[in-house]
Amino acid sequence: MDWKTLQTVLGGVNKHSTSIGKIWLTVLFIFRIMILVVAAERVWGDEQDDFVCNTLQPGCRNVCYDHFFPISHIRLWALQLIFVSTPALLVAMHVAYTKHEKKRKLRNGEKINIEDLKNEKIHIRGPLWWTYTSSIFFRVVFEAVFMYVFYYMYDGFQMPRLVKCEAWPCPNTVDCFVSRPTEKTTFTIFMLAVSGICMILNLAELCYLVIKICMKDPRKTT
Amino acid sequence: MSWAFLRDLLSGVNKYSTGIGRIWVAVVFMFRLLVYVAAAENIWKHEHDEFECNIKQPGCENVCFDHFFPVSHIRLWALQLIMVSTPSLLVVFHVAYRENREKHHNQKFYRNPGKIDGGLLCTYLISLILKTGLEIVFLVLFYKLYNGFKIPRLVKCDIKPCPNTVDCYISKPTEKMIFLYFLVATSCLCIILNLSELSYLIFKYSIKCYLKRHVKKQQ
Repeated sequence: MDWKTLQTVLGGVNKHSTSIGKIWLTVLFIFRIMILVVAAERVWGDEQDDFVCNTLQPGCRNVCYDHFFPISHIRLWALQLIFVSTPALLVAMHVAYTKHEKKRKLRNGEKINIEDLKNEKIHIRGPLWWTYTSSIFFRVVFEAVFMYVFYYMYDGFQMPRLVKCEAWPCPNTVDCFVSRPTEKTTFTIFMLAVSGICMILNLAELCYLVIKICMKDPRKTT
Repeated sequence: MSWAFLRDLLSGVNKYSTGIGRIWVAVVFMFRLLVYVAAAENIWKHEHDEFECNIKQPGCENVCFDHFFPVSHIRLWALQLIMVSTPSLLVVFHVAYRENREKHHNQKFYRNPGKIDGGLLCTYLISLILKTGLEIVFLVLFYKLYNGFKIPRLVKCDIKPCPNTVDCYISKPTEKMIFLYFLVATSCLCIILNLSELSYLIFKYSIKCYLKRHVKKQQ
């Protein structure tokens, strides 16, 4: 079990998304999930083993590592990806519910456009529009929250080479060296940039949906 | 054999669940299973290697680690996930039994074998009660085994062969605590969902029964 299940679920949602939504999904899969699994996890793989402190005092390294990295970047990214993907589930559930209702109507003998049911394309209007728009809104909020958490927790997005630690049981101020700081900074900036792109795509989709619904209303009244 | 089996099981259960049941499946998938596999497992990966005691005495570290972590958090978490998903199998088996019965007798006994009524309703309610019970049991187990949900940076150990009281340092305690709290929060959310589903089903079918009796009386 890995990110494949998420891929299956989100792939299902893809059918009922707008074009911008499909681009967002592609960016999410290729530039975030794939990069996380294939590259980023290896970079952070040996983070504690290669975190070296200039002391022989047992326990000092553990404590310093815990102090400077309360929660690892890689775990925060995994959580961010999970939280950002979850609103799409709302849309998937709504679509499943709509199809279920249509099937029930068909069984009860009401007139249904069979072509529509066969093609299984549900248009984004009515209650589904609200669900879809709320899901995009929540995605934007989660992205922003996680970006802020990153910034707040690590005082910016740069990984330092050296951190000075004086947590007990370190006998005095001890120099601790982070492993692969440049590579980690590069990936952090990359993930940040892709997060930003995803946020822009989400905001564009939100605007598109709002404009679409506003354009429709005048036509209805005329 | 891996978590894929659990994923398939939960997908199968999804078909025969109520709306709240489907939300429960989604929560278990996304916030428990996926978080466990994608994030939590790696935190506890080298917990024994990174557990460090301020002593050179051979065997002291092993003994202290074993004393403070009789069953690792991550193993308890995995057991909890498995146990909590298993009662749903009862529902799947019951539906399979109904379908088999119809096939065997070549007769339609049920309007829809997957519809939650009659015996299947009892099975469903039992599975909900079992799920809730198991969640609570595991939460209590976590609490009792580790004296709350906190993970200290330092533990003091004086078990043989450690010559005297020795300082032992746990690796990544803050990160472990954050994920432990996450586990507790999702567990509680699942308990709430199960209890809501239980109340909803009991309420719905009580109203149905009452209306049926009322209609019969009128007739």
